[in-house]
Amino acid sequence: MSTVEDPTPTPVAVTAAAPARPPGRDERFADSGKALNVFSHGFLVLWAVMIVLPLVWIVLGAFKTSTEIGGSAWAWPTNWNLGAFGRAWENGVGGFLVHTLIVLVFSVTLTMLFGSMAAYVLARYEFPGNRLIYFFFVAGAMFPVYLALVPLFFMLKNLGMLNTYQGLILVYVAYSMPFTVFFMHSFFRTLPTALHEAAMIDGCSHTRAFFQIMLPIAKPGLLSVGIFNVLGQWNQYILPLTLMQKQSGTDADHSVLTQGLVNLMVQSGYKNDMPALFAGMTIAMLPVLVVYLSFQRQVQAGLTAGTLK
Amino acid sequence: MRHRRYPFIVGFLIVPVALYAVLVIWPYIQTFGYSLTDWSGESQTMHFIGLKNYTALLSDHVFLTALEHNGLLLVFLPVITILLALFFAFMLNVGGQGRTGGVQGVAGAAFYKVVFFFPQVLSVAILAVLFEAVYRSDAGGLLNGVLVKIGLENSQNPIEWLNDPGTVLWCLLAIMVWQGVGFYLVLFSAAMQSIPKEIFEAALLDGAGRAQTFFKVTMPLLWDSVQTAWVYLAIAAMDFFALVSTLTPGTAYGGGPDYHSEVLSTYLMRNFLYFGKSGYACAMGVVILFLTLIVSVLALRATRRERIEF
Repeated sequence: MSTVEDPTPTPVAVTAAAPARPPGRDERFADSGKALNVFSHGFLVLWAVMIVLPLVWIVLGAFKTSTEIGGSAWAWPTNWNLGAFGRAWENGVGGFLVHTLIVLVFSVTLTMLFGSMAAYVLARYEFPGNRLIYFFFVAGAMFPVYLALVPLFFMLKNLGMLNTYQGLILVYVAYSMPFTVFFMHSFFRTLPTALHEAAMIDGCSHTRAFFQIMLPIAKPGLLSVGIFNVLGQWNQYILPLTLMQKQSGTDADHSVLTQGLVNLMVQSGYKNDMPALFAGMTIAMLPVLVVYLSFQRQVQAGLTAGTLK
Repeated sequence: MRHRRYPFIVGFLIVPVALYAVLVIWPYIQTFGYSLTDWSGESQTMHFIGLKNYTALLSDHVFLTALEHNGLLLVFLPVITILLALFFAFMLNVGGQGRTGGVQGVAGAAFYKVVFFFPQVLSVAILAVLFEAVYRSDAGGLLNGVLVKIGLENSQNPIEWLNDPGTVLWCLLAIMVWQGVGFYLVLFSAAMQSIPKEIFEAALLDGAGRAQTFFKVTMPLLWDSVQTAWVYLAIAAMDFFALVSTLTPGTAYGGGPDYHSEVLSTYLMRNFLYFGKSGYACAMGVVILFLTLIVSVLALRATRRERIEF
C-alpha cells in the first residue's frame, strides 16, 4: 500500500488531524490485505482443481489398464489406446446411447411443442380457469417424483407400456411440463403483441399465428428451455430405473445411458474391467460437455431461470 | 377477430393438460389412496386399513433412522452450499482488485464460473461412477491417493470412506455440495449483478472492508435469492436416492453399512420394489411430501425479512 504513488501532488506538511486519504486506485477495500486476497484467490483455485481433477482422472483412467487402476492413484497410463472405449461400446454403451437418443428426439420435441402450446394459450388468452390451469401446471414442480412412482409404475404396467420407448417418452413429456410451461409462459408475456394483432387483422387463424409468427419470435426462449430439457432428460435416472426394467427374460433391453452406466458399474465390479467403465463414463459425459460449453450462457440462464420466481 | 377462439384454446390445451393430469396429477392423488391400504402391488386385491401404515411407520426403526439422516442433510446441505456459493459469488463479482475504478470481480471470474457450474449438468449416474472411484476404499482411490501423497494418511491403512459408518453420510453430502455450489454461485451472481454498483462503491468510499461489505451490504440485498436457494436445497436434501442407492453397500438400493446412510427415498423404493409393500411405500411417499412442504414453508418463514428495494 505504501508503494502507491499518489497521482495528485499533496502538500508536504500534512497535519495529523487531516482526514484519512480516500482509497487510492490500488487499495480498493480499506482492509484488503494481501493475506486475505491470497487466501480467497487460493480457495477459488483449490475449488476449480477439486472439480477438474476427478473428471480428468477418470478420463485418464479410461486409458489405463485394470492393474494400473488397481495400483496407485497417481499411475500414468502407459500406452494410449482406445481399447477400453471399444469394450465399453460393445458392453452396451453404444446401445444405451442409441436408446437415449431415440427417447430424447421424441420427448424433447413433444415437450417443447406441447409446453409452448399450453404456455402460449395461458399467457396470451383470457378465459375462465386460466389461472387455475397455470397453477395446476406449475405446482407439479414442487412435489418429489417418488410420491408418484408407485401408481405411475402400475399405470404403465396396465397400459402395457413398461420398458417401451413410447411409455418413457410420454412420462418425460408430462414431467417436463411444469418447468417448460412456467418458463415459456413468462417468455410469451414479454413478446410484443403488435405483430400478432396485425396478422389477425389480415385474416390469419389463431393456430397459424402461433406457428408462423409467435414461435419464430420465441426462438431464444425455446432454445434455453430446449437445452434445459435435453440436459434434464438426458440425466434422468429414477424414472428409467423404475419404468424401463426388463419385464421378462425375452424382453429387449431398452436401458438408457444413465441407467445402463450404473448397471455397468455393478457388473464391472465383478468383471474387474474398470477402464471400460471409465470409458463408458467419458462417452456419457462428452455430449453434455459439448452442449454445455457451446451453449454455456443459455444453459446457465435456463437453469437459474427456474428458480428466479 | 374473436372468431373460433374457444375451439382454438381447447385444442391447444387438451393434449398437454390431459397428459399432465393422467401421468403426473393422478398418480399423486392415487398415492394418497393407496397409502390407506395393505396393497402388495403384485395383485389387485387390497384392503382398506385406515391409518395403520402411518402408525406402523412411527415404530419402524429403519424409517426413523432414515428420517434422522434426512434431517441432518436438511441442516448441513443448505448451510454449507449457500455459504460457499455466496463466498464465491462475492469473490467473482465484487472481490476483485481492478486496475480501473469501480467494483469488479477477481481476474478470471468468467472462467471460474464456467468450471464451477459444470458439475451441475452431470447426471447422478455419472456422479455415482465418478465418486465410486474417488472414494475407493484402498490407496488407489483418488481421495485416499491425495491424502497419502500429502502425508495425512498411511497407505497401509486407508480410510474406507463408503464402508465406514462414521463417514459414509458425510461423503454423500460432500458430493451434493461439490455438485451444487456452482449452480447457486450462478444464481447469486445474477442477483448480485442486479445490485447497482454505486452501492458497493459508496460502501467502499465510506471505508468499509471486504467482510463488512459482504455482511452489511451484499447479504441483505441478496436475501430473496438465499431464500429460494434454501428451499431448493431443502427439497434436494429430502432426495439423495440416486447417490445412496448406487454408492453405499446394502441389498436393494444400498443404505448401508447397517443403515448408516439410509434415507427416506431408498427405504421407500426398497419397500415398493423389493419387499412388495406398495401401500406402506405410498404412506412413506405421503410423509415425504408433507415433510418437504413443511420444510419449504418453514424455510420461507424463518428467512423472511423486510424486502429491500433498490
